[in-house]
Amino acid sequence: MSYIQKPKAFHPALKKNKLGLTRRDYEGAMSTLCAGCGHDSITAAIIEACFKLELPAHRLAKVSGIGCSSKAPTYFLSRSHGFNSVHGRMPSITTGANLANRDLVYLGVSGDGDTASIGLSQFCHAMRRQLNMTYIVMNNGCYGLTKGQFSATNDKASPSKKGESNLFEAIDLAQIAIQLGAGFVGRSFSGDKAQLVPLIEAAMSYNGFAFLDVVSPCVTFNNHPASTKSYDYVRGHNAVLDKLDFVPPEEEIEIDYAEGTTSDVELHGGAKIRLHKLDTGYDPTDADQAINTIRERLNAGEVTTGLLYFDGREQDLHETLGTSERPLNTLPLGELCPGSEALEPINDRFR
Amino acid sequence: MVEGRVSGMSGINDFVVKFATVNGSGSASANLMFAKTLFRMGIPVSPKNIFPSNIQGLPTWYEVRVSGKGYLARREGVDLMVAMNAQTYEEDLKQVLPGGYLFYDSTLPRPFKRDDVTVIDMPIAKMCAEHWADTRQRQLFKNMVYVGAVAALVDIDVEVLESVVASQFKGKDKLIAPNLKALHMGRDYIRDNYACPLPFKVEAADATAGKILVSGNEAAGLGAVYGGATVCAWYPITPSTSLAESYERHAKALRIQDDGKKMYGIVQAEDELAAIGIAIGAGWNGARSFTATSGPGVSLMNEFLGLAYFAEVPLVLFNVQRGGPSTGMPTRTQQSDILSCAYASHGDTRHVLLFPTDPTECFSFAAEAFDLAERLQTPVIVMSDLDIGMNDWVCDALSWDDAHVHDRGKVLSAEELDAMPDWGRYKDVDGDGITYRTLPGTHPTKGAFFTRGTSHDEYARYTEDGTVNADVMDRLLRKFETAADLLPKPEADIRDPNSRVGIIYFGANRPAVLEAMDQLNEVGVTANALRLTAFPFCEDVRAFADNHDRIYVVEQNQGGQMRQLLMVEAGIQRAKLISVLNYDGMPMTAEFVRSHIKAAESDVQLAAE
Repeated sequence: MSYIQKPKAFHPALKKNKLGLTRRDYEGAMSTLCAGCGHDSITAAIIEACFKLELPAHRLAKVSGIGCSSKAPTYFLSRSHGFNSVHGRMPSITTGANLANRDLVYLGVSGDGDTASIGLSQFCHAMRRQLNMTYIVMNNGCYGLTKGQFSATNDKASPSKKGESNLFEAIDLAQIAIQLGAGFVGRSFSGDKAQLVPLIEAAMSYNGFAFLDVVSPCVTFNNHPASTKSYDYVRGHNAVLDKLDFVPPEEEIEIDYAEGTTSDVELHGGAKIRLHKLDTGYDPTDADQAINTIRERLNAGEVTTGLLYFDGREQDLHETLGTSERPLNTLPLGELCPGSEALEPINDRFR
Repeated sequence: MVEGRVSGMSGINDFVVKFATVNGSGSASANLMFAKTLFRMGIPVSPKNIFPSNIQGLPTWYEVRVSGKGYLARREGVDLMVAMNAQTYEEDLKQVLPGGYLFYDSTLPRPFKRDDVTVIDMPIAKMCAEHWADTRQRQLFKNMVYVGAVAALVDIDVEVLESVVASQFKGKDKLIAPNLKALHMGRDYIRDNYACPLPFKVEAADATAGKILVSGNEAAGLGAVYGGATVCAWYPITPSTSLAESYERHAKALRIQDDGKKMYGIVQAEDELAAIGIAIGAGWNGARSFTATSGPGVSLMNEFLGLAYFAEVPLVLFNVQRGGPSTGMPTRTQQSDILSCAYASHGDTRHVLLFPTDPTECFSFAAEAFDLAERLQTPVIVMSDLDIGMNDWVCDALSWDDAHVHDRGKVLSAEELDAMPDWGRYKDVDGDGITYRTLPGTHPTKGAFFTRGTSHDEYARYTEDGTVNADVMDRLLRKFETAADLLPKPEADIRDPNSRVGIIYFGANRPAVLEAMDQLNEVGVTANALRLTAFPFCEDVRAFADNHDRIYVVEQNQGGQMRQLLMVEAGIQRAKLISVLNYDGMPMTAEFVRSHIKAAESDVQLAAE
């Protein structure tokens, strides 16, 4: 992973958002991942989503663990602080960072090894606490940096490139997320930008734990014909629940759809997720239905994608703990230190 | 037991009482009231809670040394055993000094086969059964009955004892009367049936003025509040749990905004890995943060400690040490994590350690640790232990200098970033090894960097250039040298500038060492002492070593870990450093220190003759 600077020259006609920033302003260093890696498409989708959300990049912190996926934060948002921590521990670093400053947007990037194996516990507990963050797993079913071993999300029926069979059942992170109470759970495919970008926009606007499982083929080790994490397989078996648009606050929806085919999910910040239903009757606020649907389709060899689950309460960790509205890292130490006078009665209690 | 020591000869304010009870029976609060009463009478006491790793039903002891001279180390040999646990009668009887006393509940009479011990009996359970119908009350009040009995035996001022009962149950006032009733039941029975007081007894004194009776964990938790900590992440583990609980209690009392919101955030994490990860994330983002644990937790935290060292993230870690290795003795004390903390994590790492000696220093070092962590941008590990952390110590009242300005270290504001043309996160601008950091969200276009545990250059960019990585490691070493001058200075006790005998010690061993020095002085061995307060060592440590020929290093571990650190990091000759090691999990006694040094010095004298 060498650090390659991109040239800073921008075309003057590049489209700018309300902050006066172009997409280029949301980019990072040149990717050093393999050509065609799904992760690079997710990186592009993150850049697009942040551009469209008009996020001031310095008000976002990107956090990752270890692995190919966890290198990705270098490739986007170079104006944001980043923290490439240790393997499987991105959630705890993000928890601490979020406790320190509740006003920033936290984007965690992880992989299937980083999340489903070494980091499973931290992943689960961050969800349980409803940490306000977006957690993206770039899921390719294998360990790329160590030459393609199976990860815990690789389907049992999906052999390795060399034909070795996978002995164990896969862990479905999206099902776990729904069960453990993540407030926002979506699944997408790195090759489906139209679905992925609004999902990222919505996830980043959600106040609470937003989880996105993004199938992201590993072109080097897990893109062979027998793999269920390959481009071809996912394209051929993508069970899309709903097409969706992210509608920022105070923006009118431009296109009319036939009545009854769309529904809106409202976010606390005023934004909306407009769902154009393909599978009528799917209700993303029903956790049981979500899990049943995922399981049924999985049994049919399909990958369910879209907004899988949504909890409208949007209660995050700070609300639960009752912490100050002011970020803890801005509280002046003079205010935090009670001073000598307060010590007197305390000393008296110890006498 | 100490050869030749007998009880009953010591007279006023100089004896050991030991309460042998069953854990979960409510004895702890009664025992504390006993210790607190003596404290309020102006008499120095050092209670040691010797408890099992268990919730209910196993033996537990509360040993109180009473010392008018202020010797607060644990002392072997019991003058009065309050034997309230039939399971341990035999063991308890053995510990009584010749001439000493054993008090027990004679509801079920037992023979005690020692001619040199006087047995005092009282049918406590029977009397309680007659007075209280409720079984739980019968059990609880038994504790107050024996406190009352002991009060009569050693002539405790009953008014002071009553005042302690009143403050103990403040807010639960209806409990005061029945507790006083139990107290007087015990006291009256003994006064009616035995000649009181015993040959050893207490007498009001004036030796606890300006002092408090408090545990180190209580004080350290409060110190974290004073140090400005706003984020605490922890995982329950004996003996550090009460530190996080203390922080929460004091923060709740002192850190609530007018709107009821908290100016702190506490997370009981899923494990120690997450606990330290949360603390690092918060430290990285500019909040003062800490975690508290014990040896097993430190083992788990190793990978993250290396990250915080290498990525240079401020963090305070309280290690309340317990007996190891492995799960070891969870409820006994040791100082056996010195090396594992000094060099925690893989690769070349070195960590700043602070060694508080008592609860007062737990408070002040806790607060100071946050300044040091931010100044040095590195983990600071406060090395307490079970003895300091969980036992109540008579120590100086806590104090705070309102003129103190918390040191945030080198953190750049947006304006400062604008004024700095070529900022690099890891550029050593000042030559002290400490670089300038930025916090997320500070500046729209400047100061962002990628924090990483991988090898990086001055601009925090990934590099595979080994010489660049070596430069970073060398700078970290320079930073470590800078640290040596910023840490609390060691405490020297020079009793004879010409003496060539020195003692180096740290942490909880202070009372034992100071008392042993007095004892050694009486037999013609005048030793000087240096109490270490921090690692890396400052110049004073080397100077002390230069001025002494034989230096006894007193510590509570098997390997002589501090001795090793002194050899490697202060360059002190191996031959000069003689280990005095106790690692049975009990607090160090003066007798242990005295006898080891005396024997070694006698050998030296013999060799010289």
